Amino acid sequence: MLQALADGILSGSIIALGAIGLTLTMGILRFANFAHAELVTWGAYMALAVLAVTGTFMGPIAPLSFGIPLILAIVVAAALTSLLALAIDWLVYRPLRRQTNHLTLVFGSFGISLLVRMVILLIFGGAAQYYSTALQIAIPVAPGLRIMPDQLFTLAVTVVIVVALHFFLQKTRLGLAMRALAENPELARVNGIDTRAVVRWTWVIGASLAAVAGVLYGLTIQLRPEIGFHLILPLFAAVILGGVGNVFGAVIGGLVIGLAESLAVLVVPSGYKMAVPFLILLAVLYLRPTGIFAGTVGGVK
Amino acid sequence: MSGFAAYLVFFLIVALTYSIVTMGLNLQWGYTGLFNAGVVGFFAIGAYGTAVLVGPDRAQLIGGFALPFPVAVVGGMALAALAALVVGLATLKLREEYLAIATFGIAISIQLVALNFEALTGGVNGLVGLPRPLFTAFGSPGAYNLFYLAVVASVALLVYVALEVAVRSPWGRVLKAVREDETAARSLGKNPAAIRLQVFVLGCTLMGLAGGLYVGFIGYVSPLDFLPILTFQIWAMLIVGGSGNNLGAIVGAVGVWALWTMSGLGVSRLLPVAYQSQGGAIQVIIIGLLIVLTLLFRPRGLIGEAEAVSRHAR
Repeated sequence: MLQALADGILSGSIIALGAIGLTLTMGILRFANFAHAELVTWGAYMALAVLAVTGTFMGPIAPLSFGIPLILAIVVAAALTSLLALAIDWLVYRPLRRQTNHLTLVFGSFGISLLVRMVILLIFGGAAQYYSTALQIAIPVAPGLRIMPDQLFTLAVTVVIVVALHFFLQKTRLGLAMRALAENPELARVNGIDTRAVVRWTWVIGASLAAVAGVLYGLTIQLRPEIGFHLILPLFAAVILGGVGNVFGAVIGGLVIGLAESLAVLVVPSGYKMAVPFLILLAVLYLRPTGIFAGTVGGVK
Repeated sequence: MSGFAAYLVFFLIVALTYSIVTMGLNLQWGYTGLFNAGVVGFFAIGAYGTAVLVGPDRAQLIGGFALPFPVAVVGGMALAALAALVVGLATLKLREEYLAIATFGIAISIQLVALNFEALTGGVNGLVGLPRPLFTAFGSPGAYNLFYLAVVASVALLVYVALEVAVRSPWGRVLKAVREDETAARSLGKNPAAIRLQVFVLGCTLMGLAGGLYVGFIGYVSPLDFLPILTFQIWAMLIVGGSGNNLGAIVGAVGVWALWTMSGLGVSRLLPVAYQSQGGAIQVIIIGLLIVLTLLFRPRGLIGEAEAVSRHAR
């Protein structure tokens, strides 16, 4: 039970990082990006590629299973993931935005998600991979609860990012512009906000967070090309549960989804775990389509 | 019958089965603008529903109804309609994207049920040895396949004609009105949410019908026939053929299925054994590129939607 709670919070914090980016793009660019979860996979594999190039030039920092090389890899992976997001936006979403039916954009992202996933499969192969082959021993923290140092690191990184993002959105000019664009695009434009720059920064922030989530996923579980595909539903469920466009809501939503998934395994066979986010999503849509904390872009038309 | 002709019959049965799915999706997306991201789920419900209803009594499995094939297919269609109703009621009054997300979710959930609910679905092994309708009446498998092709082609034709009549009816004209301008449609006293729900359920029922026909042909169900890639394939069929055009849906289904099987053949012939799994990825990349490039450079598809102009405005 205690272990399930801890595991739930851990996977929930990874879902939360992905969901923050998704809720920002859904709130500001106003479309459900099916390809966002693939940025998570892309980030995870880019870090793997960086590690393959640099090699582990420094040993791990005890008690963690990794050292400076992986930290560096996270930064490079975030940059490469941002580049991919910007390239996709420029090549595919920008032309599609001109079409009248905005669902075309959703459909485009649906196709892109398949492409990104398959390109990763083509380059890196389908087998599970790991950043480090070293085995990490879980430390017993309390009776019936074992935690690995890497998992604590994951949790700490998530907390730091969420707090930093909060201050960024509340205190900086760019953060203000992003919130303005999410709330009222016309008014934002009238006030001389460079919407294209804001859109670019939204992609960079969303993609970077996705990349971090991907590396943390690869660190605490494993790398597989299907990471993103399995995250699509949890991410959307977290975003809608927390209210579209609401960063704080996305974090809470991510934690709720992660906890629900891991607690559900205590009751139902683990094979059904992936259906849990769908059931939560369905319940939210029936009962409170705006999410717990009504987002900037409500569910009701 | 020569090997090639036999293969052609086999190919056409599958392609025309998919064309029924594509026409169902065309009703949803092409005419009404509803994004169904879980096509494979409704196809699978129809297939599994039919399989359970038609299957003989087996000790370890739920079911054993051994119903006549057409009745079983209708049962499968009803189940697909029910699933569509659950998703539709939750989402069709909300932002359009929510339908896409929820259909994606139900497809995943159905796949999990197919894989894990062994007492009903046979799990990974699926349900095998299902009776094929009228199989004993034919002497050879070749003759039977020809018969089955005639059945599937007739059903596809029937669906085509019925849809063509439907979209030209007053009811059909409202679909495009809802897609193009919901406010205007509402101001004319139409109920967009109700129209969307009808269209969504009807389209999913057609997908269920195709699932039932598929099971009747292959005589078993297995989760491997209902992988998420099928949703993308059906979308590629619709978008390449031209959404908003039922003939386009059929042409796209046959064309894309031909491309898929030929690229599969190419991969297995040309690539060394060590790269076969990567070859599968190439096949899927072709589907993804087909979708994205068609969207970008030829949104109308091969045939595309006929322009509709009021006879008073001409």
